[in-house]
Amino acid sequence: MNIMTEQSLENAVGDKMKSNEVIKMRGDKVGVFYGEKQALFDVDLDVRLNQVTALIGPSGCGKSTFLRCLNRMNDTIDSARVTGKITLDEEDIYDKNIDVVELRARVGMVFQKPNPFPKSIYENVAYGPRIHGLAKRKADMDQIVESSLKKAAIWNEVKDRLQEPGTGLSGGQQQRLCIARAIAVSPEVILMDEPCSALDPIATARVEELIDELRQNYTIVIVTHSMQQAARVSQRTAMFHLGYLVEEGATDKMFTTPDDKRTQDYITGRFG
Amino acid sequence: MTDIPMDTMVRAAAHPRRDIGLKARYAAERRFRIYGVVAISVGLAFLAIMLITIVSKGYTAFWQTTVSLPITFDEKVIDPSGKRATDPSVLIKANYPKLAENALVAKLGISPDDKPAIKQLKGFLSEGARVQLRDIVAADPSVIGTTRDVNILAAANLDSAFKGQIDLSVEEARRKVSDQQITWMNKLKAEGVMAEHFNSGLFTYGASSRPETSGMGVAIIGSFYMMVIVLLLALPIGVAASIYLEEFAKKNRFTDLIEVNINNLAAVPSIVFGLLGLAVFINFLGMPRSAAFVGGLVLTLMTLPTIIIATRAALAAVPPSIRSAALGLGASKMQMVFQHILPLAAPGILTGTIIGLARALGETAPLLLIGMVAFVADPPTTPFDPATALPVQIYMWANEAERAFVERMSGAIIILLVFLMAMNITAIVLRRRFERRW
Repeated sequence: MNIMTEQSLENAVGDKMKSNEVIKMRGDKVGVFYGEKQALFDVDLDVRLNQVTALIGPSGCGKSTFLRCLNRMNDTIDSARVTGKITLDEEDIYDKNIDVVELRARVGMVFQKPNPFPKSIYENVAYGPRIHGLAKRKADMDQIVESSLKKAAIWNEVKDRLQEPGTGLSGGQQQRLCIARAIAVSPEVILMDEPCSALDPIATARVEELIDELRQNYTIVIVTHSMQQAARVSQRTAMFHLGYLVEEGATDKMFTTPDDKRTQDYITGRFG
Repeated sequence: MTDIPMDTMVRAAAHPRRDIGLKARYAAERRFRIYGVVAISVGLAFLAIMLITIVSKGYTAFWQTTVSLPITFDEKVIDPSGKRATDPSVLIKANYPKLAENALVAKLGISPDDKPAIKQLKGFLSEGARVQLRDIVAADPSVIGTTRDVNILAAANLDSAFKGQIDLSVEEARRKVSDQQITWMNKLKAEGVMAEHFNSGLFTYGASSRPETSGMGVAIIGSFYMMVIVLLLALPIGVAASIYLEEFAKKNRFTDLIEVNINNLAAVPSIVFGLLGLAVFINFLGMPRSAAFVGGLVLTLMTLPTIIIATRAALAAVPPSIRSAALGLGASKMQMVFQHILPLAAPGILTGTIIGLARALGETAPLLLIGMVAFVADPPTTPFDPATALPVQIYMWANEAERAFVERMSGAIIILLVFLMAMNITAIVLRRRFERRW
């Protein structure tokens, strides 16, 4: 555990110099209402380029709600209403001129439960590029599918059975397939909503490794219930509680010397 | 830890057993099982009784007695004045039954002068012989003057007698066939001239006042037209309506109201739809009476709620994770619905549609009101011609008193049940085949 933290400390320091802390997405006084009930209050949170931002907090604290605001998945809930401002590269994503379909092509999502389409493995990955017209010819599509599956570290396991249904894979493989599917449309940001909660520890380790590799090319926001996972994979951590952002900062600082007592209590297991 | 001597361990004293009502609970479960078995047995018994009754009454309808006679197409009978070259109507009006009668007289060796015997012969062959022989001559006038073997239909009463359905112990005056006719029948049977054949006429003939020449041809065509119309109208309209209501429409008071109304419409008695069809399609829009087209429209109205309810249930059963997956990749709502939701809901939609169609196929009441309970002898060539439907044909035959019609009614029920079972089995097979598990 200690070694892990030291490693991520080194990573964080290295990244700070490399990426120069570019803000990829910014939430400004974000509030979310489900009907009359307010689920999120005045959240100011920055997502930095090529870093993994972990959102932690007890159940019902609003971290998933915030995540779903980032690619406007909350639009699909009739009663949901978002206030405040969220920007992607300085552009307001709730602006009238922003098309939600285009936004979701730029901000991809991986869900809690692996949800491959009941189609072939190939079709699962090819679907996104196809609807966005990213591949003109079959060869281009094959190329995208192969590179996406390789980036998601599942190519070697499925390369001989691309035409078999994606639902026939194991849970961990399904989740990596879903990551490959999200990567295939070349998003800039990938949102992950507890991607490992349905997986066993070995599959979890593989997905975590993958997240660390993906960080080179993508900006990642991950919701997790596992403190260790947040510590292992993220560079920045945000702690939510009862709909408020309690504290946000570099992961190593959050897990060693948090400013807020609630964060301290939560990461040491005193509640949540 | 494990090698602590046994005697140092504290032994728990046996706890006094509490009465937690186990006996009563198990008794209740047993009673419930018995109720279930009894209920199912009663249901199965009635089903068996119904099927046995129908089949035992109806299977004979698929066989028809015919008499194979060498018919001499005698020019003196068909065209005594030799005018057929100038006046073709002679061939239509000719006395064809006389040809059949002459052949039968010759076959039985009756003297042509034996008037009482010839009078008894009148009721032996079907009046349908007229049409049967006329069609032969009309198809090929050169047959006149030659002799050929023709299977002439026996009259309905002789048909019943031949199948052993007439009680011969009843005194002669009180039954439909005379002793003389029975004697001839047995003679012809012994010669192998009179025999039962598969009754293809049951599937091709139209309405007739004579049982042996009446069939379900018109009803089958009418029902077929109506099913096609229902499928072509109700499936697209129903699926489109369901997709809009389930996936696109905002959930508000108005859509709630629509939903309640659709559910209510599914429960509206079918005769009300018949009245609606009569008022709107026939009286207001002036569509033809008794036409399969109007019947199809009325049945479409009746089937729509069933299809909409089944389709909405099938759409709602597609897991939300698939929706999120598609939307999260940047699919538009339309792409999500048509590329993911609809294919996954298709088996459910198909099943609902087939069950709706099966219900429409068996529907009688609304068709009575739009005039499809008609005496239609000629098969309809378009959906706008007068026609009847399978259940209506059963209804009409049920109103007839003759023994042979009762037999045909049961036969028609068997045919209708076979159609319905085929449709339901198709629905089950499709569901099994395409059902997906998540």
